[in-house]
Formats: sequence, C-alpha cells, structure tokens
Amino acid sequence: MPTIRVSADGGPALETHDVRVRYGDAEAIKGITMEIPRNKVVALIGPSGCGKSTLLRCFNRMNDLVPSASVTGEVLFHGENLYADHVDPVEVRRRIGMVFQKPNPFPKSIYDNVGFGPRLYGRPPDLDDIVERSLRQAALWDEVKDRMDDSALGLSGGQQQRLCIARALAVTPEILLMDEPASALDPIATAKIEELIQQLVEEYTIVIVTHNMQQAARVSHYTAYLYLGELVEYDDTNTIFTAPHEKHTEDYVTGRFG
Amino acid sequence: MSAGRYSLEAPAALVARRRRGKVFQYLCLAATLTGVVTLVVLLADVLIEGVAWLTPTFFTEFPSRIPARAGIKSALYGTVWLVGLCALIAFPLGVAAAVWLEEYAKKGWLQTVIQTNIANLAGVPSIVYGILGLAVFVRWMVAFTGGRSVISGALTLSLLVLPILIIASQEAIRAVPGSIREASYGLGATRWQTVRHHVLPNAMPGILTGTILALSRAIGETAPLIMIGALTFIAFVPDGPRDQFTVLSIQIYNWASRPQADFQHLAAAAILVLLVMLLSMNALAIWLRNRYRRER
Amino acid sequence: MSPADSAKASRHFDQELQELRELLLRMASRAEEQVRKALAAVKQRDAQAAQHAIDRDGEIDGLELEIEERAINLLARRQPMAGDLRTLVMTLKISTDIERVGDHAVNIAQCARRLAEALPVPEVGDLDKMADVSTGMLRDAIAAFIERDAELARDVCQRDDQVDRYNDSVFRSMLSEMTRYPGAIVAALQMMLVSRNLERIADLATNLAEDVIYIVEARTVKHHAGKLVSDMETEGEFDQ
Repeated sequence: MPTIRVSADGGPALETHDVRVRYGDAEAIKGITMEIPRNKVVALIGPSGCGKSTLLRCFNRMNDLVPSASVTGEVLFHGENLYADHVDPVEVRRRIGMVFQKPNPFPKSIYDNVGFGPRLYGRPPDLDDIVERSLRQAALWDEVKDRMDDSALGLSGGQQQRLCIARALAVTPEILLMDEPASALDPIATAKIEELIQQLVEEYTIVIVTHNMQQAARVSHYTAYLYLGELVEYDDTNTIFTAPHEKHTEDYVTGRFG
Repeated sequence: MSAGRYSLEAPAALVARRRRGKVFQYLCLAATLTGVVTLVVLLADVLIEGVAWLTPTFFTEFPSRIPARAGIKSALYGTVWLVGLCALIAFPLGVAAAVWLEEYAKKGWLQTVIQTNIANLAGVPSIVYGILGLAVFVRWMVAFTGGRSVISGALTLSLLVLPILIIASQEAIRAVPGSIREASYGLGATRWQTVRHHVLPNAMPGILTGTILALSRAIGETAPLIMIGALTFIAFVPDGPRDQFTVLSIQIYNWASRPQADFQHLAAAAILVLLVMLLSMNALAIWLRNRYRRER
Repeated sequence: MSPADSAKASRHFDQELQELRELLLRMASRAEEQVRKALAAVKQRDAQAAQHAIDRDGEIDGLELEIEERAINLLARRQPMAGDLRTLVMTLKISTDIERVGDHAVNIAQCARRLAEALPVPEVGDLDKMADVSTGMLRDAIAAFIERDAELARDVCQRDDQVDRYNDSVFRSMLSEMTRYPGAIVAALQMMLVSRNLERIADLATNLAEDVIYIVEARTVKHHAGKLVSDMETEGEFDQ
C-alpha cells in the first residue's frame, strides 16, 4: 500500500494551506493556513465551537470517519499532502497519533492495550521491549510493571490517560495530537500529564487542544487562537499572553468572553 | 391539618394527589397479577397433567398408538437437529449482515430501505415463511435439500429468525462505545481490524444473547414446519440433514388433537419438556448478559 | 465558563483594577502635593510648613503597602493575562517609584528646615526653572497614566535631559557662591541638595512614563545616551 515519503531535511512538521472543513452545509473551518514547527508544543485555544478539535482532526484524517464531513485544502506532512488521492489514511494515523479527551483504554489488559498498535503490522518479536519503552515514556511503567495482565479499566483516570498516551507512542508516531487530554482529570493528574508533555516534546512534535488558557500558557511554545473557524492570531506563547496583537485575542485571554 | 410556615407536613392538595397515585399503583399491580396468575394457573395445569408421564421411556420411545408406550424420541431429536442447523445457518449470516449494516454501509437511502425491510420482516406471520420454504427449499431446491427434510426446515426457520437476530446484533454492535472505535482508528487500524479486535469481541455477549432469544422463538414454531412437510408420525430419528423429521411442537399438536385422555397427558408432558428447553435457553441468555454487564 | 459568566467575572475584576488605579492616583497626587509644599517651604524659608510635609510622608508609605498587597492578591486570584497583567505588574513598580518621590519630597522639606535657620542666598533662577520642569514632568507622567497616553509619556522622557542640565548649572553656581562667600556654605549646600532631589524626582517621573508606555504599547523603552531606543519583544525562545 502506498506510504508517505519521509524527507530527510527538517522544516515544519506540518503545514496547512487554506484548509476548509464542512459538516453538511455548515462551514466549521474557514480557510486556515499555518505551520506546526518540529519538536515544539503548539496549543490551539478558543471558545467552544471555534473549530479547534475539528482542525486537530484534520491533521490525522480522523474527520474521514464522519460521513458528513468534507475537507478541502492541503495538509502537508514532510511536504506531501495528506489528502492526496494516493495517500492511505490508515498509514497517516500511524505516523500522526492521537490522544482523546476522555481516556478510552480498550477493555483488555494493560499489556494488550499498549501492544495493540504494534501488533497491527505483524507480530513484532520485541513486543515486550516496545511495551516497556512506551510505558516508560508515558511515565507509567513503575506503576504498572507488576500488573501488566490486569484489566486497563482498573486504573485511575490519570493512569488510564497515560496508558492511552503509551498506547499512542507504541507505534512511534512523529507527531502527537492531544484533544483536551487533561480536561477529564483532577489537578494532580493534570499536572502529571503537563509534565509528561514537556518531556515528550524532546522527541515528538505535539499539538494540543485545550480550553484551559492557563494550561496553554504553561505547556506550549506557540499558541493559536481560533474563533468561529478562523485563525485569529498565531504567535509564540509569550506574546499571546503578554501582548497579543489582536484585540479579539486580548479579550479572550483576559477572560472578557468565554 | 394546618401547616405553619415551617411545618414539614404535607399540605392538603398533596395528600389528594398521593391518594390518586396509590390507586393507580394498585391498578397496575392488579394488571400484573392477572397475567402472572393466569400463567401460574396454566403452568400448574400442565404440570399436574403431565408430570406423572415424564418417565425414562418417555424419552426413549417413539410415538405409538398406545399411550403407555409412546415417547418423544423422534420429536426431540428432530427439534435438536433443527435448532442446531438453524443456529449454524442463521448465526453467521445474521452477524455478518449486522456488521455490514452498522460498520460498512453508507448511511443513505439504500441502507434505510434495507433496515426498514428487516424490521418489517420480523413481524411477518410465520406461515408466510412456511409457504416460502415450501416453494423454494422443498420444491425448487429439491436436489440440494432432498425435499421435505431437516435442512429444508432449518433453512426456513433461519429465514424466520434472521430479522430478529440481525436487529439484536445491530443493537449489540451499536452499544460498543464509539470511543473504542476512535481509539482503534487513531492507532492506524483498518476498519476490518477494528471490527475484528474490538467491535465484535465487545458485542459478542449481546449478539449471543440475541441469538439465543431468536432461537427460542424458532423452537416453538409449528405452522411453517407443517407447511414444509414435517411429518406428524415418524418412528425414526433423522440420519442426516436430508432426512425427514418431526419436532416437539408438532408432536404436541398431534397428541393434543387425539380424543383419548391419555394422549392429553402425553401432550402435557411434552409441553413440559419444551418449556424446560425454553427456560434453559432463556436462563443461558440472561446469565450471559449478566456476565457481560459485570465485566464492564 | 459561559460568556455571561465570564463577562460578570470580568466586570468584577475590572472593578478591582479600577479601585487599584484610584489608590495609585491618590498616592501620586499626594506625592505631587508633597513636592509642591516642600518647594514652597524652601522658597519661603518656612520651617513649620516643612515639618508639616515631613509628618505626612507616612500616608504615602501606607498607600504603597496597601497597593502592593492588593496587587499581589489580584495576581494570585485572577491570573491576569496580556493588558491586565502588564497593568498590574507596572502598578507595583509605579507605586515603588512614587513612594521614592515622596521620600525625595521629605528630603527637600528637610533642606527647607535647615535653610530657615541659615543666612539667605541669592535667588537661583535655574533652580526655579528646574523645579517647574520637574514638577511638570511628574504631573504629566501621572496624567499619561490616567489617560493611557503614550505620546505624552514619551514627551516626559525627553525632558529629563533638560533637568540634568539645570542640575549641573545649579551645582556650578552654588560652588562659585561658596568660594566667594564662605558664610553662605550652609545655605548653598542645601540648594545643591534640593537640586539633586529634584533631579531624582525627574528620573522617577521618567521611569513612570516608561512604565506607562509598556502598559499601553507592550514595548520596553530604554533611555540610552540621550536617544530613545525601543526594545521590541523578540521571538520568544522557550526557556523555562
């Protein structure tokens, strides 16, 4: 099956050119052009319904699963358009992983959860190593190494989410997309996830959608503010939160409207 | 009663409403009891009539003109053969159809048409299936089925239970949370891998429950089987799928329509056997469903 | 939070910011008044007026403490961003500077007390002019803060050089006065001290003006060798 070329040079991890998304008649994303730089954390913020999750799902073609969704424009990954005809969305999703808002481990053992991804492509001989490495990367290994065969559903919410992160990392993606990963968690679990993000960014590029501005401020290098499907402002996080250029952005980050 | 400003006593209007509520409650109880009492009376009647005739010979003997020597061996074997074959045919077909409808079919007019038709087919009188079975399986496909045989009966019953099975399986598949599917796709799984590793395993308890319930309907069918030629009096058990046969429900009908009192007792005994089979199947379905619920 | 809820919270926070602003203004006008009174005491050699001013410095210190406490609480509770953050942080800086203005006013008042007992010294014209410019700078810097007027603030910054020049000339003329009339040393020294304190007040007014520019424009402005050098915010290197 066709795969995506991997170019050897650097450059942005992802680029979008005038991406538009419609759900039936409604336009959810109205032409967004932006770059996601490599090995950085980019936060997408904005009020409910601004399209940040929709945009995130464009990056790994998860919108394909929604029958009424249609996507136009380009999303370039290593210079190649993810939405080109010859591109296989399944391969895209292996290279660009996703962690969801509510932790969704499979009703299987912890080992089988993390091992599911690698097993999709055959029986890797070093599956044990892959599973351990992924769990270590997700800062969960020490807590579960003695109960790998226990059901994943027995873990706490924060642990389940870290398991989902480990599961996503097991297929060695280049980019990790996180859709409000901590919004269902208590503050301590949230802090652990944020700490994890700052460690992971050394190896991965991370795009995170969050409705919590303080989280975006803590965790990201760059922040994009979206409103009603449009990219209002996109700049480094320091600028967005100390001196944004657009009044709209200023009103949002100072909490003048939610 | 006068309610002071801070009194917690119920005000007069509330008391009247409560009373009306109680009346309604008792009416519902009466309705329930009517059904339950009727059922209990019927069961008791059957029990009294038939339990004495549940001897070992009852199970090992073929039907006979002499009540004391009559048994349900051929009918029992026939029923087991029939339900077994029916399960083997209907289960894969039904599950595959449900998987296609839920996971693969595009939500368009075609899918709606198919869905509506399946729902309607579930309500078609069973005799219609009998006529269909006679025309198609007994006559037209005689070379394959051997005419009025077990396989013809099984095929006919499969058609009958298929709509119920499909609908129940669809429900079970739909009950698998979308978040599991999303997680699977997000990891780069294909649709088939997602169905095979997540959707089907998680839906299977529900599917099995639905299958057993569908089969327990099949086990009691009489009219279509008469139509396709199940015999009423045979003294042998089926050797193979193309053999002739009879079933418990027909045997019961046959005995019940005889004038002699002893045959009524025999019929009652056979009814008990049928009921026990039914109850066991339902109990199995409930047990499966509870196990499934506990594991979540 | 729903738009209605956050609008309500914002209004309450805006109210708190407004109260803080008013405190700061009260402090600033006190300080301005102190400077005026101290200078008047110098001119009129009025020891009583001078003592009065010295006694009232405690009020300014008290206001600074209150502003500091409120600002820190707001930072903790409201986690302000962007314009609100810049305003709050600069409010803290400005209150410190205004407190120092008050201290310099006290110094001038102390000079006035000593001058009341010393031999008179001829009018030092430049000192009067210097006083006008300095107090003008202070007044305009405060006005720039009230009006969020970056133009006016920039104008204030540019007057600082003039004050420095006046300071030099007062020093020189007092020096020559002391060499010619040794009896006038005490008085002349006080004049030099007054001049020095006025120069400091002008510096503080400049700081205030620079802070106002930061609040309004988010630009750090540094006065460097007579030229205004704008340090714009560079691309943020993530260095946490």
